[in-house]
Amino acid sequence: MKLLSRPFFWLIVAVTLLYALLPYLGGNITLRETLVLSAIYIILAANLNLMIGYTGYVNFGSIVFFGLGGYLTLWLIASHHWGLYPAVLFAGLVTSLLAFLLGFGVLRLRGAYFALATIGINEAVKDFVANFEPWGGAEGIFLPFTAFKAMGGPAKALWTVYLLIVLVMGLSLLLTYLVKRSKFGLGLFAIREDEDAAMVLGVKTPLYKTLAYSLSAFLPAVAGGLYFFKNGSVIPDEAFNLHLSIEAIVMVMLGGQGTVTGSAVGAFLYERLRGLLLTLPGLSNFHLVIAGALLLLIILFAPGGLMGWLYRVWPRLRRVLE
Amino acid sequence: MSRVILEVERVTKAFGGLLAVNDVSFQMHEGEILGLIGPNGAGKTTLFNLINGVYKPTKGHIRFRGEDITGLPPYEVVKKGLARTHQIVRPLNEMTVLENVVVGACFGADNLGLEPAARVAEEVLEFVGLADFHETLAGKLNLAQKKRLEVARALAAQPKLLLLDEVLAGLNPAEVERMLGVIRKIREQGISILMIEHIMQAIMSLSDRIVVLNFGQKLAEGTPEEVASDPRVIEAYLGDPEMAKKILEEEA
Repeated sequence: MKLLSRPFFWLIVAVTLLYALLPYLGGNITLRETLVLSAIYIILAANLNLMIGYTGYVNFGSIVFFGLGGYLTLWLIASHHWGLYPAVLFAGLVTSLLAFLLGFGVLRLRGAYFALATIGINEAVKDFVANFEPWGGAEGIFLPFTAFKAMGGPAKALWTVYLLIVLVMGLSLLLTYLVKRSKFGLGLFAIREDEDAAMVLGVKTPLYKTLAYSLSAFLPAVAGGLYFFKNGSVIPDEAFNLHLSIEAIVMVMLGGQGTVTGSAVGAFLYERLRGLLLTLPGLSNFHLVIAGALLLLIILFAPGGLMGWLYRVWPRLRRVLE
Repeated sequence: MSRVILEVERVTKAFGGLLAVNDVSFQMHEGEILGLIGPNGAGKTTLFNLINGVYKPTKGHIRFRGEDITGLPPYEVVKKGLARTHQIVRPLNEMTVLENVVVGACFGADNLGLEPAARVAEEVLEFVGLADFHETLAGKLNLAQKKRLEVARALAAQPKLLLLDEVLAGLNPAEVERMLGVIRKIREQGISILMIEHIMQAIMSLSDRIVVLNFGQKLAEGTPEEVASDPRVIEAYLGDPEMAKKILEEEA
């Protein structure tokens, strides 16, 4: 595939640049803080899409990758004096490897059993970390101030981390786009449609599923490292927050599972909606009720999400907006 | 006689106490069309599942082109050049007809990349008469078209041996004729065919030889004429040996 001749590739580049430059050029910190959350959501949704949308496996506990990435990164920086860059890369690789090993076991389960197992994994890891003294137990890990000094002071460090998060967002979209257009992706889609038929057609299903699971762990773990570095601390309840995991499913379903555009648009819209509800007085945490209702409505009436609906109205859009 | 392509040797499959396939042996030669018949529940589809690796045999061996493939998973078996269709069609519904066949070509014996696989898929769709449906979602096809899609996907894998599981079932007479034409054309390409079929007229006219299963065991084997006049076979289908005798006498 000639990537540079694809309009969709340039669309991803444009969106990424827009996210990077909009707050950076004006030095607008409020806008940055809004966009960082939206970028994180897009990262979570895009990578979750590899499992839900491409492979047909509903991962309810995808946030475990984000949390582990955060913990590994902060631990390496705080206790072993690593720099941010090697720390997030290492955290991503280790999380991905763990997912690979775990995947061979847990992906033998299908449907609701797989979904339940993924919740179990997240909760088990959360409890383990909350009782794991080297990682601070329930108190978590705090970054020493010197960690920011190495990056030119806190103010500069926060901008750098923001740009890095936007970069990871761009890479997530690019990754899911490339997978969708590849032979590997075709195999995953075949698994989504009918796993047994895919196997008879020659798709090495156990390996393919595990690779998808492992791949969907890497960038969220890197993003977790960056996000919690930016926060300066990480605690179990925030790192392994099951709510966010379920919200990520809503984002993917809202935008349209199996499409790159859908996961991004779904995440963006959900972040806007959530922000709106959170600022309304007396409605704190009400966004979860909305999220639940939204999920129900999508599954019942528009299982293809926003993109599914758009594709129905303009079938030619399928070729342009992947 | 040409070379043996498939050898099923004393294969048994037990589900709990039930012997779905019981000590079945037979051989197939290159270029041959072998029919597999038997009453419902005789173990025909189970035998297919054993040959292409969906199930592991409890006992016995399966050899394909001289190589022992017993217990290999289906995705390895298809790469050796042994493809199959399903009795109950299994289209990848939300993918286009072309994508369905590209999956077959990509992950088949030649392990093609996406672009060469697309070329193979187009040829195969032309071959089975689905050339006008490239962009149709597979779920939207009618049954006859879905059956042809099953055949196309299996053919795209570039098999040496094709297992066809009731590709004629549920088709109207015109569609049956059309499918028979496709099967004859496949044979002309030198691909061996092992087929399960209930439409007797079709299988009798297509097959070089026929194997009859009943209650998981091999009941008879021979040319279509030999099998059709075998009292045990008639009994298996009609259930009454006296009736079988009478029919045979009347025919004589």
